[in-house]
Amino acid sequence: MVSLILRYLNYIIGAAFAFVLLLALWGTASELISNPPEETAEEVFHLEPMALHLQSDGPFGTYDLRQVQRGFQVYKEVCSACHSLKQVAFRDLQKIGYSEAQVKAIAADWQIEQPGVNKDTGEAATRPNVPADRFPLPFANDVAARAANNNAIPPDLSLMAKAREGGPAYIHSLLVGYTDPKTYTHDGKALMKEFPDFSVPTGLHFNPYFANLNIAMPPPLTQEGQVQYQDGTRPTINQMAKDVSAFLMWAAEPNLTKRHATGVGVVLFLLIFIGLTFGAYRNVWRGIKH
Amino acid sequence: MSFPWAEEYKPKHPAMQWVDQRLPLPRLVYNAIGAGYPVPRNLNYFWNFGVLAGAALAIQIVTGIVLAMHYAPNAATAFGSVEHIMRDINAGWLLRYCHATGASMFFIVVYIHIFRGLYYGSYKPPREMVWLLGVVIFLLMMATAFMGYVLPWGQMSFWGAQVITGFFSAIPVVGENIRIWLLGGYAPDQAALNRFFSLHYLLPFVIAGVIILHIWALHIPGSNNPTGVEVKGEQDTVPFHPYYTAKDGVGVGVFLLVFALLVFFAPNYLGHPDNYIEANPLSTPAHIVPEWYFWPFYAILRSFTADFILPAKLWGVLAMFGSILLLFFLPWLDRSPVRSANYRPVYRIFSWVLIVDVLLLGYVGGSEATPAYLLLGQVTAAYYFVHFLIIIPIVSSLERTRPLPNSITEAVLQGKSGARMKETAVDGHVAPAE
Repeated sequence: MVSLILRYLNYIIGAAFAFVLLLALWGTASELISNPPEETAEEVFHLEPMALHLQSDGPFGTYDLRQVQRGFQVYKEVCSACHSLKQVAFRDLQKIGYSEAQVKAIAADWQIEQPGVNKDTGEAATRPNVPADRFPLPFANDVAARAANNNAIPPDLSLMAKAREGGPAYIHSLLVGYTDPKTYTHDGKALMKEFPDFSVPTGLHFNPYFANLNIAMPPPLTQEGQVQYQDGTRPTINQMAKDVSAFLMWAAEPNLTKRHATGVGVVLFLLIFIGLTFGAYRNVWRGIKH
Repeated sequence: MSFPWAEEYKPKHPAMQWVDQRLPLPRLVYNAIGAGYPVPRNLNYFWNFGVLAGAALAIQIVTGIVLAMHYAPNAATAFGSVEHIMRDINAGWLLRYCHATGASMFFIVVYIHIFRGLYYGSYKPPREMVWLLGVVIFLLMMATAFMGYVLPWGQMSFWGAQVITGFFSAIPVVGENIRIWLLGGYAPDQAALNRFFSLHYLLPFVIAGVIILHIWALHIPGSNNPTGVEVKGEQDTVPFHPYYTAKDGVGVGVFLLVFALLVFFAPNYLGHPDNYIEANPLSTPAHIVPEWYFWPFYAILRSFTADFILPAKLWGVLAMFGSILLLFFLPWLDRSPVRSANYRPVYRIFSWVLIVDVLLLGYVGGSEATPAYLLLGQVTAAYYFVHFLIIIPIVSSLERTRPLPNSITEAVLQGKSGARMKETAVDGHVAPAE
C-alpha cells in the first residue's frame, strides 16, 4: 500500500493541488455570480493623467533650465510652505543654472532655518541655511505637520515625480484638476447622478486625478499671477503647474541629462562591439557546418 | 575531462610551464572554458544563456560591492543613503540603476536558460546533477533578490518583506514564532534590515560557489545539444575556444545592449513607483506586488482562496514553494528516453503551453486581485501543477517519439542541426564513421 502511494505520489499531489484550486475557483465564481462587485465612484470617475510634454521626455531628453528655474520659483513661493524637499541640497541648484553667489543668497534668504545648537548654551536653536544644507523641513515633525494640515501629512516632494504612476504628468494633472463634484461629468456620466450619495468629506477637496477622488491638499494654484516670473512667461495656472512638474522631475532625477548622453555613447559602442564580435564569430566558424 | 580527443593544455612560455607544474590553474580554466573542452558543434543561440547568467552575476557582484560602500543598512538612514548614492556619489546613479536593472536581467536570462533545459531535456540522465544544482541556484537567486529589494527601504520593500515573511506564520503552531525569530521583531525593522543586508552580501558568493559545482557537473557528461543525441565522436564537437567563446561574445554584446537600453533610457520601467516612497509601517500601499520575476509564484500563492482540511493560506504557501521544489523531481517525472522536444511531438506542444501558462500566471500576479484575475490565476495555477505532476509523466510513457538522427554530425550535414527530422530523412542514411 505504502509503495503504491509512493509510486503514484506525483499524481496524488498534482490532483490535490488541482482539486483545491478547483474548489477555490468554484468559490470565486459563485461569489462573482451571487454577489457581483459594484462599481465604485473611484473606478468610474478616477482619471488617468493628461498627457504632458516636457523637454526631458524621450531618450534624448534634457532639462529646459529656464522652465526648471520657473518651477523652482513656484516650489519656493507656493509648495515649500507645506512640502519638504529633503533629499535635495541648495548646492544642487547650481545644476539648473544658478551661480554660486545666487545659490548662497537663496540659501541664506530661505524662510525656514536649519535646526542646530546654540554654541554657547547647547540649547536647540536654528541657523541660516548654507549651500551645503539640504532644504529644511517646513514642520519640525509629523505631529506638527498633521496639526497644521487638517490631520494630513504633506508628502516630501524630492521623489514625487518617480513615486507616482505617470510622474510629472500626474503632478501637472493633479494641480490643475480640482473641480466641483456637483457639476463633474466624465464619459457622459454625471458623478452626482450615478452616485447620488457621493460627498466630499469635510476638509478634503474633490480632484478626479487623485486615487480616491478626495485629496487633503487644498488647490495650491488658484489664480493667474500667483507667482511673478522674471523671464516674462505668462504665469497662468496651467503654466505654473507645468513648470513645477518640470522642476520636480529634475528634483527626482537630477542626473537625467547625463544619463541620456552617456546612454547614447554606450549604445553606439555596443553596436560596434556587436558588429565586431559577429564578424569574429562568422570568421571562426567559416567552413564548419553547424 | 569529458572526451578523449579533448586538446591537452601545453603551455609554450616557460613561465606558464613553471606555473602549470606547481598550480595547474591555467590548465583548469583551459579545460573548463578553453580549447580543452569539446562541445557539440550544433548548439543554437539558446546555449548562450548560461554564460549570460554568469555575466549577470558578475555585474551584480561588482556593482553591489561598490554600492555597499555607500549604503547604510539602518531603518533610519537606508532610504536616504540610496538617494545619497543617486545624487552625490560619482556615477552612483549608474551603479544603482545597473544593480537594480541587473537583477531583472539576471532573471530574464535565467528563465530562458531554464526553459532551454526544459525544452531540450537537459535535465535528463546523465545530467540530473546539473539540473538539481541549477534549481538550487534559482532558489538562492530568489532569496537574494527578495532581500536585496528590501534594502532601499521603500514602501514596497517594507510591505514585501511583511508579506513574504508572513508566509512562515502559515506553518501550524510554531509559525508565528518562527516569523518573529526570522525578523528579529514583530515587524520588519532595524534587525530585519541589517540581517537581510548581511545575507544579501553573502548569498551571491554562495551562488558563485554552486555555479562552480554546476559547471563541474556539466563537464562530466559534456553539454547537451538541440538534437539531444549524445556526442559519438570527434566530428560531433568543436573546441569551446575559439568556437563558442566567439559565439558567446555576440551573445554578451546583445545582452549588454538590452541592458544598456534599460539602464540609460528606462531605468525605472521594471520597478514600482511606490518604492520611491520611504517605508511607512503605518500606511499600507493599495496594491502590494513583488518584482516582476516573482509574479507567477505570487499568482499561485494568491490563487488558493478556499480552505480544505488545511487553511487556504497554508495551501497557498505550500503550493508556492511546491511549484519550485517540484522541479527537483523533474528528471524522474519525465521518463522519456528522448531528450529534445524536437523529436517529442506531444511534449513539444505541452512545453509551449507551459510557457503561455507561466506568462499568464505572471500577468495575473502583477495585477490587482479582482475576481476575474483570480479566476484566471486559479485555472493557470492548476495547469502548472497538472503539467509537471500528471501530464509530463503520462506523456513520457505514452508518446510516440520521432526517430532520432544517428549522430549530431548526421543531423548537421542534413542541414537540420536539431530541427525536426522527417522519418524518411533518417532511414536511408548510414551513420557517419565514428
